[in-house]
Order: sequence, then structure tokens, then C-alpha cells
Amino acid sequence: MSGAPSPVFEAPWHAQAFALAVYLNERGVFDWPEWTQVFGAVLAEHGLTKELDGGDDYFLAWVGALERICSEKGVAELEALSALKTSWERAYLATPHGAPVRIATGEAG
Amino acid sequence: MLSVSPVCRGCSRAAQAEVARVCAKPLDAVQCFGHDLPMPHDIHDDDHAHSLLPPDPALRVKALETLLERKGLLDPAALDEIIETYAHKVGPQNGAQVVARVWTDANFRTLLMNDATEAVSQMGFYGRQGEHMVAIANTPEVHNVVVCTLCSCYPWPLLGIPPGWYKSDAYRARVVREPRKVLAEFGVILPETQKIRVWDSTAEVRYLIIPQRPAGTDGMSQAQLTQLVTRESMIGTGLAQVPQ
Repeated sequence: MSGAPSPVFEAPWHAQAFALAVYLNERGVFDWPEWTQVFGAVLAEHGLTKELDGGDDYFLAWVGALERICSEKGVAELEALSALKTSWERAYLATPHGAPVRIATGEAG
Repeated sequence: MLSVSPVCRGCSRAAQAEVARVCAKPLDAVQCFGHDLPMPHDIHDDDHAHSLLPPDPALRVKALETLLERKGLLDPAALDEIIETYAHKVGPQNGAQVVARVWTDANFRTLLMNDATEAVSQMGFYGRQGEHMVAIANTPEVHNVVVCTLCSCYPWPLLGIPPGWYKSDAYRARVVREPRKVLAEFGVILPETQKIRVWDSTAEVRYLIIPQRPAGTDGMSQAQLTQLVTRESMIGTGLAQVPQ
């Protein structure tokens, strides 16, 4: 191979989101054609307002597709996701730098 | 004094650089183009740093992970294993081995062209989504290029995670419409007599392009040949390198 290898994932959350889809597919939550249909639809929706460059915006669509397919499959409710996201945000803002960030079990779940 | 680092709070750079603080006022000028950022939080006068607030989509991913884990649907160790595999173990070097073997092993070539899924699995490369691999060989008459117009289907076991341009709207739309022009932008100028065929990947079928073996490589070993096979050459947006 020529040149320096470029990073596979530009950000940790890209990798996490990618792995979640692969994992949930292998677990049988959805099959891959179902995933590509939902992901393709979300990409198309995001692409209506601007041209996607295949970087951050690509994984943003990936996350949107994960939320949508998990909601459709009944494994993750959108309201619960929203509440948990708020919990995580609060936890980050309340945790001293360097300490592990956690949310309480059962919080906003 | 608050330190403000020149990173975009809307994307990965903040998380990677690990220097941006959520209490530091973000500079509009350094936000990546096109990012819709949440409103900045209150600006603190003190410098007690709390934890870095990850970008918005990262928090959404964490929320999803938390919910699935609480329901017993997620094993975090399994996620780590998947990331480790795709970040470090799977990449274009796998596909390059396949191509170099095709160039040097006629029996393997026949097997690959007839049943690529079987041929690459013999080399230890498996599709995790149960997809079929199809190998397409370039010839002097026809040059082949792969795209996924729906999303970004790609032969992960052989090429790893696709590059940004493969996932971009521009490539996905234009390579179908004007392949010769797009290839020229990649630096691939083909003779007018060579046709271009564009293959649209799907969830079920992933394509691997077998580039033409470069001239002047007769005495080279498989390992040496592997070095000439670039990722782009296996997507069709490049050619195999000519030895120096």
C-alpha cells in the first residue's frame, strides 16, 4: 500500500455507532437489507438540505438510522433515548475532569 | 484564562484533540462548515474543568448503548471487539492479498471468478452480514468501478471501512452519470476505446475489482505484488501501481 494509512474512524463515536449496527445485525435485531433501506432513507433525507461529504455527516445519518430502526423494531423508545441523552449530558457537565462519567442505574431509563 | 482550542465542537475533532472544553467559548470561525452546533453552554469564569462534553451524536450513541444494555440487548465487550477488528485487523491489505493471488494462481483465479465468497473465505475473509462477494476483473476492453447508490455497501472483509469519498453524495451520484470524468478526477485517464462499467453494490452483493496486473511485474512474488494493489484499484477509482 502506498502512503500513510488514514485513520479508519475519524472519531470514537463513529466507531461506536458503526459497531452497534454490526452487533445488532448479528444479534438478529434487524437483517442487513433492512438496515440499508433505513440507512439509505435517512441519508437521502439528510441530503435534501445539503450535499453530504461522507465524513461526519455520514455517521450522523448512521446514528439517525440506528435510532429509527431500533425504534421500529421496538428495542429502543425515542422518548427514553432522549431522556438518557439528557442524563449523559448532565453527567458530563457535573463530573470533574478526569473522573469517570457515569449515570445512575435506572436514571431516565 | 480559558483556553479555546481551534477545534470544531460539532464533530470528532473536539473529542480527538481532547483539549476543547465545553466551558470554553467555541469560536464560530473554527467550526467545520455545515455543522449545526447546539448553543454554547454558559461561559464560566472559573477554570475548573469538568469532563469534556462529547459532541451531540456521541451522546445519542451513548444513550442508545445505555438503553440497550439495560434491556440486556448489548454486550459492550462485543462492541469493542467489532471496533478492534475493523480499526486494526480488516483493511485493504486483505483485498490486496486476494488480488495478488489472482495474478499468480490460475486455479484460484478460476475459483474466485466463479464463487468469490467461497474463494475469499478459504483465505479467512468472511462477510459478517452474510453478503455475497463478486469479483470483477478489469480487462483492456472494460474498466470496472464500484459504487453504492443507496448508501455505502462495501466489501468490508476485504477492504475494511470505506473512505469518505466513497460515502459522499458527490461520488455516489456522479460516478453513475459521468464515470469517465470522475475517474479522471482520481487521476485515472482511460483510453476512449476502453469501456467503463459501473457496478452498484447492494446489501446482498459486494464487488471486488481485480485490477489489471501492471507490466514489468513478471518475476515478482505474491508478497511483492500485494504492495502494488491499492484500495482505489480494488474499487476501480485507481489502477495497480507500476513498480518503481
